[in-house]
Amino acid sequence: MTKIILKDIPDYHKIDVYVQNGGYQSLKKALGMTTDQVIDEVKKSNLRGRGGACFPTGLKWSFMPKGNDKPKYLCCNGDESEPGSFKDREIFEKNPHQFIEGTLIACYAMGCKAAYVYIRGEYWKWVEMMEVAVADAYKKGYIGKNILGTDFSVDIYVHKGAGAYICGEESSLMNSLEGKRAYPRVKPPFPAAVGVWGYPTTINNIETLANVPDIIKNGGEWFSKIGEPKHPGTLLFGVSGHVNKPGVYELETGIPLMDVINKVCGGVKDGKQIKMVIPGGSSMPPLTREECLTMKMDNESLKAIGSAIGTAGVIVMDEDTDILKVLKRITKFYYHESCGQCTPCREGCGWMLRVLDRIDRGEGRQEDLDLLISVAENIEGNTICALGDAAAWPVKWTIRKFRDEIAKKIPAHKITLPVLNKVHGVRDYEGYSTLKRDNENEVVESLMGKVQEELNDESVRYSG
Amino acid sequence: MFENISNHLFNQEELKQVEYHISKYPKKMSAVMPVLWMIQEKFGWISIDSMKYVGELLELPYEHVLGVATFYTMYFKKPVGKYHLQICTNVSCMLCGGDKLFKYVSDKLGIKNKEVTSDGIFSIEEVECLGSCGTAPMLQVNNKEYYENLTLPQVDELLDRFRAEASKN
Repeated sequence: MTKIILKDIPDYHKIDVYVQNGGYQSLKKALGMTTDQVIDEVKKSNLRGRGGACFPTGLKWSFMPKGNDKPKYLCCNGDESEPGSFKDREIFEKNPHQFIEGTLIACYAMGCKAAYVYIRGEYWKWVEMMEVAVADAYKKGYIGKNILGTDFSVDIYVHKGAGAYICGEESSLMNSLEGKRAYPRVKPPFPAAVGVWGYPTTINNIETLANVPDIIKNGGEWFSKIGEPKHPGTLLFGVSGHVNKPGVYELETGIPLMDVINKVCGGVKDGKQIKMVIPGGSSMPPLTREECLTMKMDNESLKAIGSAIGTAGVIVMDEDTDILKVLKRITKFYYHESCGQCTPCREGCGWMLRVLDRIDRGEGRQEDLDLLISVAENIEGNTICALGDAAAWPVKWTIRKFRDEIAKKIPAHKITLPVLNKVHGVRDYEGYSTLKRDNENEVVESLMGKVQEELNDESVRYSG
Repeated sequence: MFENISNHLFNQEELKQVEYHISKYPKKMSAVMPVLWMIQEKFGWISIDSMKYVGELLELPYEHVLGVATFYTMYFKKPVGKYHLQICTNVSCMLCGGDKLFKYVSDKLGIKNKEVTSDGIFSIEEVECLGSCGTAPMLQVNNKEYYENLTLPQVDELLDRFRAEASKN
């Protein structure tokens, strides 16, 4: 098995060990090439983005305008908040310099002035690790002014997020970097034209950039021959759930899913059967047991049955798993993380959660499953960013694939439900009318407390 | 740099840190997230007054700072316990008992989601995926250290340790 990122070299995260093992040589090689040659090499490698959309990286880089009349920026997306995905933290921990080297090569190829590494706020430990790695690379002269004696200069900064799933979406990542609420932007204009602070920007996933140094070192053709030709290279599979040896494994694309589960991860816990597998993080349509048996893990194979590789976060569920509870939890996540900008997603996620919750309480109606699919389909494609789709797909596809099982939870007799139509809002509270400049702090703080209390009160939240 | 501000919440050293954060970005506004992090590190939470101060530092309207602080869940807009336990209950953790862990801790401490114990030592929060799916179930303390692959006896031990540490100080 080829290993590109998680090489088995002790202390590889230290800059000295990395340099001893040929580190930063690809940067040197790239600086001797023209920028077009670097982009062509990446295009030839057919490297595709590892953040979920699988967009060809070389093509993305070539969208950046040539010339230096405006500053250009690279954003490295390490927000990784998709449930089931935990690969980037492995790169920060075990091979940060290869990622930094890839970032430098990307900056050189596109003529970027600076790169911002956006890491989710929860990864406090890994943010510190990256800060150490970046500082080490500055000290050794790999980042900064006139790198390796050339006229190429670039800065790399680490930016810490503060807990918002939506920041993994590229345009909201840019808004977050600008110091705003992280609302996704309408596209076009695309980031390569109008990006962060209004300047041309490219956003790449951490894993994508970590692949770049080896592509420059060994050539694009070498990379394009690893694994599945249409989606070549290795992927960092994060396997979790009911398996004996969960963890992050670097495997070639196109590996059969059952090999990942049985050979690499030691099989399903307690020798049980598989019921459902989510192949690429919680937003991807799930696979049934039968589909798992023949599935190959690359984007094209998964696409053929209507799913996708996503971030390669494989969640395995055994035969005793309650599918409805899983679906409800996934929906609760998207309900919580919806930024609230587009009505279909903001309202739809809440309604899907409420309907799933009433089925779970044993108060569902026969028509609820079709209602859920209808709500999901009305969210899908009708929002600014892909979070709407991410929320809709699991509901739509889980119900399609596991309809009988979920339907079992719905009682045959008709149930009448109490109607509760409560609108949450500060306007409902008495304090709102007494808001004056002098006691503003006090009133706003008490109102925020009250709204929070009500949001916490599950009985109010899910009724209706 | 910040001569016109009369009442500083930060000392000189911290103001230098703020200047460094401003220097990282082409626009001052971008420093709002790192500076809010500094406020939270120093005071444990972000009050309305400190948001106004951040606004003065970065020449932003206070409403903008309020908007940013309320968008991100990791900024605490209310005081939390000395040990704020953030327990993941998302899918991978749930499959490995994360929801049971949350209920156990909640029952043991006698508090619900986002509540603080009467002695102010503990508060708990049900959080979304923390990227620790392969080492589930887990909890994070005070936005920092991860405790992974937890069993209930280990959690008991952890809570006892925190309680002992809290009574020492």
